[in-house]
Amino acid sequence: MQDDNAPISRRKFAEELERYRKGSVSRRHFLGVTGLGTAMAVMAGAMPMLRPRGAHAAELGDRAVLATWPNYHDVENFAIFQKETGVATQVNVFGSNEEMLAKLQAGGSGWDVFVPTNYTITTYVDADLIEPLDLSKLPNYDAAAFDARFADAGTVNGKLYAVPKNWGTTGMAWDSTKAKAPFTSWKEFFDLTMTDFSGRTMVHDYQLTTIGNALKYYGYSFNSVDPKELADAEKLLLQVKPHLFAISSDYQPSMRNGDAWMTMCWTGEGKQMNRDIPEIHFALGKEGGEIWSDYYAIPKNAPHREAAYALINFLIDPQVNAREATAHGFPVADSRVNALLPKEVLADPILYPAADLLNVQEFGAAATLTDPNRAELMARFKSA
Amino acid sequence: MTKARARWLLLGPAGLWYAALLVLPLAVVLVYSLGERAPAGGYAPALTLAQYANLGSRWTAFQNTLVLAPVGTLAALLIAYPLAYFLAVKSNPRWRTALLVLVIVPFWTSILIRSYAWIFLLGGRGIPALLADLGLGDIRLINTPFAVLVGIVYGYLPLMVFPIYVSLERLDKRLLEASSDLGAPPWRSFLQVTLPLSLPGVATGSMLVFILLMGEYLIPQMLGGGKVFFVGNALVDLFLQSRNWAFGSAMAVTLVAVMLVTVTLYMRFLSRIGAARDDVGLM
Repeated sequence: MQDDNAPISRRKFAEELERYRKGSVSRRHFLGVTGLGTAMAVMAGAMPMLRPRGAHAAELGDRAVLATWPNYHDVENFAIFQKETGVATQVNVFGSNEEMLAKLQAGGSGWDVFVPTNYTITTYVDADLIEPLDLSKLPNYDAAAFDARFADAGTVNGKLYAVPKNWGTTGMAWDSTKAKAPFTSWKEFFDLTMTDFSGRTMVHDYQLTTIGNALKYYGYSFNSVDPKELADAEKLLLQVKPHLFAISSDYQPSMRNGDAWMTMCWTGEGKQMNRDIPEIHFALGKEGGEIWSDYYAIPKNAPHREAAYALINFLIDPQVNAREATAHGFPVADSRVNALLPKEVLADPILYPAADLLNVQEFGAAATLTDPNRAELMARFKSA
Repeated sequence: MTKARARWLLLGPAGLWYAALLVLPLAVVLVYSLGERAPAGGYAPALTLAQYANLGSRWTAFQNTLVLAPVGTLAALLIAYPLAYFLAVKSNPRWRTALLVLVIVPFWTSILIRSYAWIFLLGGRGIPALLADLGLGDIRLINTPFAVLVGIVYGYLPLMVFPIYVSLERLDKRLLEASSDLGAPPWRSFLQVTLPLSLPGVATGSMLVFILLMGEYLIPQMLGGGKVFFVGNALVDLFLQSRNWAFGSAMAVTLVAVMLVTVTLYMRFLSRIGAARDDVGLM
């Protein structure tokens, strides 16, 4: 980070390579990642003698397709799952809930498990795109172990549709060697993007956070769908656009190689970057912003439903989940998992921000996912 | 009678193909373009021109496409022509096949992976770092229209090289000898014999590249960082993010219309050049 002009080092290159290996890429890279993932799954499937056989292999089938987010799993766990069950996990990575919804609306997604965020689940239920969960197939799920804040969005009209995966916040990460003072608010984020950080800032390719944080600039609700408030947010975003480095939810490569100096950033990814490059700091907006909780769910008509249950059950096993959390760094709402994690992780200020900062953050609201004005605003901003 | 029937029978498969894979899908897009966005996204039936009225909000995407597609085609042509000329005329025939294969080799790797390479090359630690070492200061390349242009030229160069190569390769060498015997210096032989006779190749190559560029999505996405939007990107956005199928369809219809107009104009222009060339031939 210190020297912008140094050619990419062998270590950096290895890191980047590692990122690709982990599947830590957004929609932008979906062709590559899913292409490779598919190729691997197909190759594994085509060579049965190479495929480990588990006891349940026959009833589970040989694969499960998982639609998830960048940098969100420990690939080792998928290898273990395959060894135990014979089911190869094929990972598709997404950059926004809108895109997941669009794929499911269009039909034929082929997914077995997907990872929706709290505020989207009611929409999936209304559109009949999501399967109520059969808890008898998820013995590792223990409702009592979860903080209700991060678990209750999984239940709609008294029926359980989704079990919690991780929770976190959406803040900002920046290269502290380039900043005169630490960032503390979305006001500073956007103002400095237009001055000191011009050409170096990234915003998500995701309406909820990009529009939401622009709304926070004015002190409006993160979830506002008020046309007048949205018009203000649009004005700010259009004003900021020429100063952006990129609009992308896959910000780690650019942050790590020094092309970008600041980005909207999900907690765990802020932690991942901070762990590798201590100069990259992470903070929440003091005016507010997003707190979220992701869930595992099964879409209607999942082609490998039994494998889907087996995969979810495997991933929420406290031991497995602890390995996941150690790899991706996102906080877990499951107390059984937290009991297995080192003390310093649970005391980490990036992952577990102070209560006063956390209390002003808002959970996304269902209306934002389907609001036509927010969708069109984001599309206009991008094509401006 | 039987002849006529046989003709219809023979036309059948192709006709069916066109109807099922061209006319029908286009009709669906056209119908959708007159509809509305469903409340949660998608398509809701309606009969309105509202989507077309909103096209102005995507003007920048059209502008980027309509500028960068022709400029990219021209840049590819300017690089491809000398290369094709060298391969067809100047290179040692013994090596020619090997050299031609080298032009195709990049096609063996996915354009996506090659675009990744460009992300690193054009990123802060790639070419800009080299330029800074040469004292050229802070130059940013990635996520600019220039980066997209580089990607375009790089990605589509082989498509331009081959048609030009073929037309140059077929060129009757005796014409050049005649030109030289009649006292024309090499540059004049090139301008009056080689260049006009290779124009069909130029036309084919340009058309191939231009049409593909008008619908380009991947290169602006990878090398433009979401900041250099083509119509293709705006379209993907409408279907995969904001889920406004009606507006997306209206935009697709408009893109097809724009393409038809530009391609027709281009064809006219070419046939006029062709006619002018025939006049020269008569002289």
